[in-house]
Amino acid sequence: MGILDSKVPSGPLAEKWTKHKNDINLVNPANKRNIDIIVVGTGLAGGSASATLAELGYNVKTFCYQDSPRRAHSIAAQGGINAAKNYQGDGDSPYRLFYDTIKGGDYRSREANVYRLAEESANIIDQCVAQGVPFAREYGGLLDNRSFGGVLVSRTFYAKGQTGQQLLLGAYAAMNRQINRGKIQSFNRHEMMDLVLVDGKARGIIARNLTTGEIERHSAHAVVLATGGYGNVFFLSTNAMGSNVMAAWRAHRRGAFFANPCFTQIHPTCIPVSGDHQSKLTLMSESLRNDGRIWVPKHLDDAKAIREGKLKPTQLKEEDRDYYLERRYPAFGNLVPRDVASRAAKERCDAGFGVNKTGEAVYLDFAAAIQRYGKEEALKHGIKDASENEITSLGKKVIEAKYGNLFQMYEKIVDENPYETPMMIYPAVHYTMGGLWVDYNLQTTIEGCYCAGEANFSDHGANRLGASALMQGLADGYFVLPYTIGDYLSKDIRTGKIPTELPEFDAAETAVKERLQKLMSGNGQHSVDYYHKKLGKIMWDKCGMARNAEGLKEAIEDIAALRADFWENVKIPGRADAMNAELEKAGRVADFLELGELFAKDALDRNESCGGHFREEYQTPEGEALRDDENYKYVAAWEFKGAPKDAVLHKEELTYENIELKTRSYK
Amino acid sequence: MKLTLKIWRQKDASSKGKMVDYSINGIEGDMSFLEMLDVLNEELINKGEEPVEFDHDCREGICGTCSLQINGEPHGPDRLVTTCQLHMRKFNDGDTIVIEPFRATAFPVIKDLVVDRSAFDRIQQAGGFISVNTSGNTVDANAIPIEKHAADEAMDAATCIGCGACVAACKNASAMLFTSAKVSQFALLPQGRVEATERVQNMVRQMDLEGFGNCTNTGACEVECPKGISLENIARMNREYLSATVEG
Repeated sequence: MGILDSKVPSGPLAEKWTKHKNDINLVNPANKRNIDIIVVGTGLAGGSASATLAELGYNVKTFCYQDSPRRAHSIAAQGGINAAKNYQGDGDSPYRLFYDTIKGGDYRSREANVYRLAEESANIIDQCVAQGVPFAREYGGLLDNRSFGGVLVSRTFYAKGQTGQQLLLGAYAAMNRQINRGKIQSFNRHEMMDLVLVDGKARGIIARNLTTGEIERHSAHAVVLATGGYGNVFFLSTNAMGSNVMAAWRAHRRGAFFANPCFTQIHPTCIPVSGDHQSKLTLMSESLRNDGRIWVPKHLDDAKAIREGKLKPTQLKEEDRDYYLERRYPAFGNLVPRDVASRAAKERCDAGFGVNKTGEAVYLDFAAAIQRYGKEEALKHGIKDASENEITSLGKKVIEAKYGNLFQMYEKIVDENPYETPMMIYPAVHYTMGGLWVDYNLQTTIEGCYCAGEANFSDHGANRLGASALMQGLADGYFVLPYTIGDYLSKDIRTGKIPTELPEFDAAETAVKERLQKLMSGNGQHSVDYYHKKLGKIMWDKCGMARNAEGLKEAIEDIAALRADFWENVKIPGRADAMNAELEKAGRVADFLELGELFAKDALDRNESCGGHFREEYQTPEGEALRDDENYKYVAAWEFKGAPKDAVLHKEELTYENIELKTRSYK
Repeated sequence: MKLTLKIWRQKDASSKGKMVDYSINGIEGDMSFLEMLDVLNEELINKGEEPVEFDHDCREGICGTCSLQINGEPHGPDRLVTTCQLHMRKFNDGDTIVIEPFRATAFPVIKDLVVDRSAFDRIQQAGGFISVNTSGNTVDANAIPIEKHAADEAMDAATCIGCGACVAACKNASAMLFTSAKVSQFALLPQGRVEATERVQNMVRQMDLEGFGNCTNTGACEVECPKGISLENIARMNREYLSATVEG
């Protein structure tokens, strides 16, 4: 299959991973001590990978831009982690989790990878419990589960609304154990600036110490990139302020193919933008859609009156409301997958039914749930003829127990009480399914350069299901990479330490220093944020929830022009040889300005709608996504050729041997 | 809103710092405190001055990166929030706001409002873990039932975000609340009990080595903690430490 060999093992789906693990080469413990591995990024994927690799005996160096590995953005994941444990006895199995993930991803992911993920999922829960992760439990002392969008079973494990935090702290603790043993050296406040290749193999990185500005060389026998997604190309997203694509993009420029960059998840329930000062967006967990009903006014004049503050949502009668998800998708209702829910919100707001001052918000209403739970509670407590007030108060208590922390967060930000008036929500960029292309072993197209977690493209196709990101990060790091990387490193037992005095390191370091110098020498008027906001607006307007060929062509040109302006004119105060947050941002935005163009090119090239990628030209008469399996059932992997617009497309055809391709329907 | 800001400026770790006054206009109540600083920095950059360096990342109150002593209080006047979740509607037009870094010997200033909190990492490295391998060959997650109450209490302790507000709030710059939260989380779970003795001794030893002060039970840490970590954790750690000492 050309240069893209997915290296998927032969044999029946359910036996591939076990067979592969039996077939691959191992490195003996004594030799592992002579092998160095660099792991960039310390979120769930990077943290878990570095802990396991160090435990196996390799010498690991970790790098993160944050001041501590514990602050990686996995920490912000709220809802939970899926695992096919079938503790609820509701018919769950690895196959079902596999099937849901492939279907949820709109048939654009690789079967073998997804099956392995489903297979390892149960292992993750065992591992995390052993590490002291305090998952929610029932009164009998066993683990509790909840349900998420797009599935029919209860398989999500959670730790209040802070599951990502608890899982990351588990991985961080495992890392700490290895740091304490001297097996991991952790370089915090360090950013990877370039990947160093020696004889075509990844052999090290150039990093910048963000405290001192010093440029450092680090060598290793293999490099793992676990640096998360690129949602910040939109400027506003639910990502952390520092989340960036630099490591992956630097590797791309060195030869790693970038796959499906246009597959971006826009999460339906985020707090809407409040003004130009907005620096980031905050997610309201998908779990809220279990009880919240989404609606807008049925009549345009009501929507207008609400926007102008003349009418309150609570004054609107039931028959004057449009519960548009329940109307359009009666089977799944408010629990349709994320891409479907987001598009439906945009459709209503574009039609003029938006409910905040910018016209870009819909209601998420808990009034009905409060009444429903209130009545149930009154019965349970033997209160006959409960008054309306009593019912409401009992119902609010139930809602508080379930979602209290989210309601509090909402109130802090918006200054409105969601127990009394419906929440306002709007979709926001949340996750990127695209990323560096990897084979079954998680190796990129550069030998010795691996990629794990959100940074790779592998498991979620064109749309990720809720509570699956944490699962993938930990499966990659704890259970997949440690095996597959050993197979590669078994050839390196006689190599010896990689010297950092090689000419390849000289050249890479010089290039990094020149790039920083060039950034510092801009002499224009505008700050980095000015350019980042402009890029974000192009991306949101033309590469956002709905895209069309004309807009995408414009985006490609607009971004190229903005990039040229940026390199000429960006204004960065301070020095390169000291702590300088503006310079850090500039380096990241410079890469976003290239990625954004490739993103638009990829979206333009994919003449179909699937998952999070919705091309207006390709839709059914009812406005649903129209997939084209005949022509686009492939992974688009782009090869860097000097400028994003010149990138060359390589296709990995996707084969479905175990699942029949169907049109996704949630009606 | 028009505000006067008094901000600590310090070139680097070895330079002496000082308070500098700035006045700022057009601040809206919907802005977060850090977005207000973004506005200030944008103005400074446009004037060709160096922006104020401050730590921040997730801006949703969970990563623990943001800090700041605002009008003498870690994370400012609001309760149970981090600085990134503090909104300007908590302030009034014409206010003067004093903004300093977290102050503690164990948290040296790196630049302006940025401090080095790596001492916290070293405390965790000394024992903040359960010594199991991560290869996945362990018992089924439901093999050991855990009483819901204990699991919930462990979770409450585990919600610490490691921001350092407890240290900044304490007149002794003590790290007892931070350290005890981790000790408690593991002490409450059967998986963590196994090495509880060694853990508490190692973590407390490292805490002392880092130069944090002693606990005199003022409770300021609990008041200022953005995650509501309870003082009970300190009591539990003291108990654990005492019995560890007796056990030897």
